[in-house]
Amino acid sequence: MQLHAFHGGLFLPAHKEAAARPILSGPDTPLLVVPLLQHAGPPAEAVVQPGQRVREGEPLAQAIEPQSVSVHAPCSGRVRAIESRPLPHASGLDGPCVLIERGEPDLPWRLPPLDPETTDAETLRQRVADAGIVGLGGAAFPTASKLAVPRELLIVNGAECEPYIACDDRLMRERAADVIAGARLLQRIVAAKQALIAVEDSMLDALDALRTALGAAGDVQLVSVPTRYPEGGEKQLIRVLTGREVPRGGLPRDIGVVVQNVATAAAAWRAVVHGEPLTRRLVSVSGAGVAQPGVFDVLIGTPISALVEAAGGYTDVAARLVLGGPLMGLALPHDDFPVTKACNSVLVLGAADVRDPAPTLPCIRCGNCDRACPAQLLPQQLFAFANAGQWERLRDHGLFDCIECGCCDLVCPSHLPLAGTFRHAKTELRAHDRRAREAIEAKQRFEARRERLEREAAERAARMAARRQSVTAPDAVQAAIERAKARREGES
Amino acid sequence: MRTFEVNGAPHLPAKPSVQQVMGLVLLALLPGIALHVLFFGPGIVALIGLAVLFGVALEAAMLRLRGQPLKPFLSDLSAPVCAVLFALCLPPLTPWWIVLIGMFAAIVVAKHLYGGLGYNLFNPAMVGFVVVLICFPYELSQWPAPRGLGGPPALGESLRAIFGSGAPAWDAVAQATPLDRLRNLGSQGLTLSEIRDAPVFGALGGRGWEWIGAAYALGGLFLLWRKVIRWETPVGLLAAVVLLTLPFHLYDPDVHPFPLQHVFTGATLLAAFFIATDPVSGCTTPRGRLIFGVGVGVLTLAIRRWGNYPDGVAFAVLLMNAAAPWIDLHTRPRIYGEAPRP
Repeated sequence: MQLHAFHGGLFLPAHKEAAARPILSGPDTPLLVVPLLQHAGPPAEAVVQPGQRVREGEPLAQAIEPQSVSVHAPCSGRVRAIESRPLPHASGLDGPCVLIERGEPDLPWRLPPLDPETTDAETLRQRVADAGIVGLGGAAFPTASKLAVPRELLIVNGAECEPYIACDDRLMRERAADVIAGARLLQRIVAAKQALIAVEDSMLDALDALRTALGAAGDVQLVSVPTRYPEGGEKQLIRVLTGREVPRGGLPRDIGVVVQNVATAAAAWRAVVHGEPLTRRLVSVSGAGVAQPGVFDVLIGTPISALVEAAGGYTDVAARLVLGGPLMGLALPHDDFPVTKACNSVLVLGAADVRDPAPTLPCIRCGNCDRACPAQLLPQQLFAFANAGQWERLRDHGLFDCIECGCCDLVCPSHLPLAGTFRHAKTELRAHDRRAREAIEAKQRFEARRERLEREAAERAARMAARRQSVTAPDAVQAAIERAKARREGES
Repeated sequence: MRTFEVNGAPHLPAKPSVQQVMGLVLLALLPGIALHVLFFGPGIVALIGLAVLFGVALEAAMLRLRGQPLKPFLSDLSAPVCAVLFALCLPPLTPWWIVLIGMFAAIVVAKHLYGGLGYNLFNPAMVGFVVVLICFPYELSQWPAPRGLGGPPALGESLRAIFGSGAPAWDAVAQATPLDRLRNLGSQGLTLSEIRDAPVFGALGGRGWEWIGAAYALGGLFLLWRKVIRWETPVGLLAAVVLLTLPFHLYDPDVHPFPLQHVFTGATLLAAFFIATDPVSGCTTPRGRLIFGVGVGVLTLAIRRWGNYPDGVAFAVLLMNAAAPWIDLHTRPRIYGEAPRP
């Protein structure tokens, strides 16, 4: 298969130490904290009461809107409370969570199994929604809504390009059959003519396992793609595999493509065939800050502290706790957050691997950043425009095309926080647009009011004038004289 | 519960540093400096030392005045790079006070009054050079004869000229440069082939000059390989010089010099690889860099042909510096997912 290059990107040390061991089972903690918002969209609505007993897999909260996603009980037990807890999210806000005390194992709750061959596509898609499945690559976009429109091409993304993260690697090595069956299932749902599974060429064991599981079947095609960050970025992967680009400001659906993560495909398959809702996921725990890195099969709601404990605990050098990868992950202020559906990696970086935020120099416009930018932007220009608040130039130069991959930061000799500046500028520009819109509306309101006041004043003036006219007109005077005369005559 | 410090992604440290970039530029200048010493004597080393000394002292003073931290900005090596480039434009026996005035114009005016590192609109080294070129045209035209033609001046002679006062002892060896000769071609009523036989000309450019130029080009290739500079600026500049002079030369070789002569005389190669490639004051978009290079090449030729100064590189660079921000705005590359532009 003919592959295409994407612009920029970096070759980074892999640090896939977590991939060395087979999948380990996650910790059994007495209390699970299950957030009702674990996806990109509005939160689900709780359908359980405090004190209620729940079985493993039973719905805890239902999706009430199309972009919302249901949440299910990761274990059997009792609902202790439904309360607001801090969520592991960039906003830093709290959100409603169901707290479950682990009880005796019970018969698990399952959706009725479906036959993936004969069931119609819409029913299968509804099953993906009912099982609470979101994109497991980290973005946690509701999967069913991505499957609503037929596509030409399905890409199953196994290019786990960020350093340290290894959960997809282990999944493909150990559960290759689920991944391939999931790929076939998703292909059927979106009626795609072609289905590709993309894996980085450094993941040799994963490629072998998938090739073996695929056997002689040619319906799903396995593609080994170059190992280069951010190869697994949706837009970059589409470009590499098809040579086509997602239009600026558009979505992959605009060119008939849908990209799903390998773990999402496997979860969808299990939801259809076994009726399993999404209540657990693979999380890689790694970095110099943990004693025994590994990939764990973790119940949603498990505290990150317990997960790190299961990986041998912190080492002396542990300096930063990151949810996700070292380039795009979210730094957490403490480890008392629950694992969510979006959490593919818990990374504890050692002090030597963490960027020192203090000394930065001004931009010297060397252009290292634009060479590295996979979105083909000019980060040096965007940085200057963002600092000067030049909103229209920011927009024209593609601020919203920035995928925040962080490549520019890593090659900047002045050590500037470029991606962070762009994240902030996006919020600022949106706020600026909202203010501009509000200003226009305020102006319209003001003008409408002034027009109304002017109109009213004019009408009042016209009425006054008419009255004055009627009082001072010669006819009126004459008539009044006549009336007075008549009255006098009447009196006399 | 264990707490951690938070910061925005990415979390990995950045590899390169400004110091490293500037250090590579200095390294790449070494072969050119070595040949300069070989052909024109050790004076240039003294000038470089003086310029670096003045440059760093003025930089430190300006940082203090502006309330900026000294350590990160003094260790970034940008002032030494500016000083070396400025010194390399001077005749090797230039008096010390001219170096001081030039570095004042470069570091104080062109760099720090515009906001310091990264904010200077104009190339500081070229501002410094242009100021002294305009103020002291006599001193700036006194080039000693190169090796093989009576030169180069010895160390003592050079130091006396640089630090001495009164009549310079090196008057006897002062010579017009090849570019001066080319400029005065018409007024002397000579053809190019006649003056080309003068000993000051070498095989391609001026005697000595061509080798120094070649050494600069070698350093430039090193910078290209290390990805410190990019190909568009030097290629644009050199292509403009060659392509624009070739048809004239073919038309009348007696009046118009051979294209490579333009390349290998004066500061063309120094400009192509070290001056027009200054990232701060040059263009930052790929197409912009190409336009910038072509612009410097064309303006250099125009000034050499019609201007009052023998070499126009410095003026050409400053004129293009002024245009660079505008060029950048109009040469933004195609963004991912954007339709190709017509």
